[in-house]
Amino acid sequence: MISRLCQQLVENHDDFQETVLLGMQPKGIYLAERIKQRLKEITGTELPLGHLDTTFFRDDFRRRSEPLKPNATHVPFIIENKKVVLIDDVLFTGRSVRAAIDAMLAFGRPSCIELLVLIDRKYSRDLPIEPHYVGKSVNTIQSQRVQVEWREQEHAEDNVWLVSSQL
Amino acid sequence: MDSKLSVRHLLGIKELTQSDILHIFETGAQFKEVINRPIKKVPSLRDITVANVFFENSTRTRLSFELAEKRLSADVINFSAASSSVKKGETLLDTVRNILSMKVDMIVMRHSCPGAPHFLSKHIQANIINAGDGTHEHPTQALLDTFSMYQHFDGNLEGKKVVIVGDISHSRVALSNIFALQKLGAEVMVCGPITLIPKYMEALGVKVELDIRKALQWCDVANVLRIQMERQKTKNFPSLREYSTYYGINKALLEELNKEILIMHPGPINRGVELTSDVADSEHSIILDQVENGVATRMAILFLLAQRQE
Repeated sequence: MISRLCQQLVENHDDFQETVLLGMQPKGIYLAERIKQRLKEITGTELPLGHLDTTFFRDDFRRRSEPLKPNATHVPFIIENKKVVLIDDVLFTGRSVRAAIDAMLAFGRPSCIELLVLIDRKYSRDLPIEPHYVGKSVNTIQSQRVQVEWREQEHAEDNVWLVSSQL
Repeated sequence: MDSKLSVRHLLGIKELTQSDILHIFETGAQFKEVINRPIKKVPSLRDITVANVFFENSTRTRLSFELAEKRLSADVINFSAASSSVKKGETLLDTVRNILSMKVDMIVMRHSCPGAPHFLSKHIQANIINAGDGTHEHPTQALLDTFSMYQHFDGNLEGKKVVIVGDISHSRVALSNIFALQKLGAEVMVCGPITLIPKYMEALGVKVELDIRKALQWCDVANVLRIQMERQKTKNFPSLREYSTYYGINKALLEELNKEILIMHPGPINRGVELTSDVADSEHSIILDQVENGVATRMAILFLLAQRQE
């Protein structure tokens, strides 16, 4: 799946001169790292990769029952006039992506922003946000959760689960 | 680690747990990254109004708080007692209730009476941050001091030796620092003229040393306090000159030691009294880091307390 996403990126980005990758905390960074590695194998170029945390930009801060916990933001390059590929594991309401765009603009004005997600939960968007690159689309209902597990987080293997909450 | 603070108000360090303090540090480190960005502002507290209520003078703390609030996009109102109805005889509670009727969510308060913020917290709903109450506590200063040490020693203060030098009995910074350092596992010593060291120090588990040389030899960090001229009405030491001869830290004193120690100062420095310029501006000193960390730490405190709005 990651290989296919990378091939799609290759088609749209020619030589990747102006492209940077930005993984969203907390879990998008694992996917971003994998994409970076695979692109290096395919094209031989190593893309700059940053981590973006959206906690301080969220609009549901304090409206949630659980408090948010901030993670590290690390953007070791200049975003100005770059093509940014924003990477996250699951796209659901689109609110994190909105916050991520806001957070990113604090670093400069990118020439364009593309969105890459592993799992797209269709028909659940609160905002007019659509991904450019999708690993897999799934139909889900509100009460279900999509859980992605990465080996980097000390799971035995990579897994994507669709969890239905018990009533 | 629990991601919620155990308290609704920051009244003093005494009320915090170790995990609260570490949580503030962790969040503070993120905000330190934020304030070094080209755009230093985040929208987290855009729906919050904060009143800075200062019944006692302050430059640094007030500026630092105001900057922290503005970097979090909060609305800020400032109030200082000198130019207000307090002069006309309004009580503390009335003043604050009036401010709160204007829909203010958080209060940052400095007051000359120890316990004033504690009193207020029993009567009002807003979150209160103590920005110094008399000679009692100054929790945000202690948090930024310990945060600066924490970052300097790569996130561990366990077993570190810290000496606090100067006027301990009039210092709210000293008391808050003692609580914070002990909660983080550091050893604390105080050093100063015997007239400026309160009797209860040993009961707090703090060592007392009257000889600055021995104190510096013992410690990893020296946090040097300002001699507060405004609180020296009864003469606790004969003259400033005598104080600086016996307790002032200068380059020669540091060079006598066979190790490097860290020099801190909460500001404002009386140059030539507690620290000479060659020490204050040397590579041992992290005084300006403390100021930067002050904004980041206060942002973290505001951010975390805003999550405890009810």
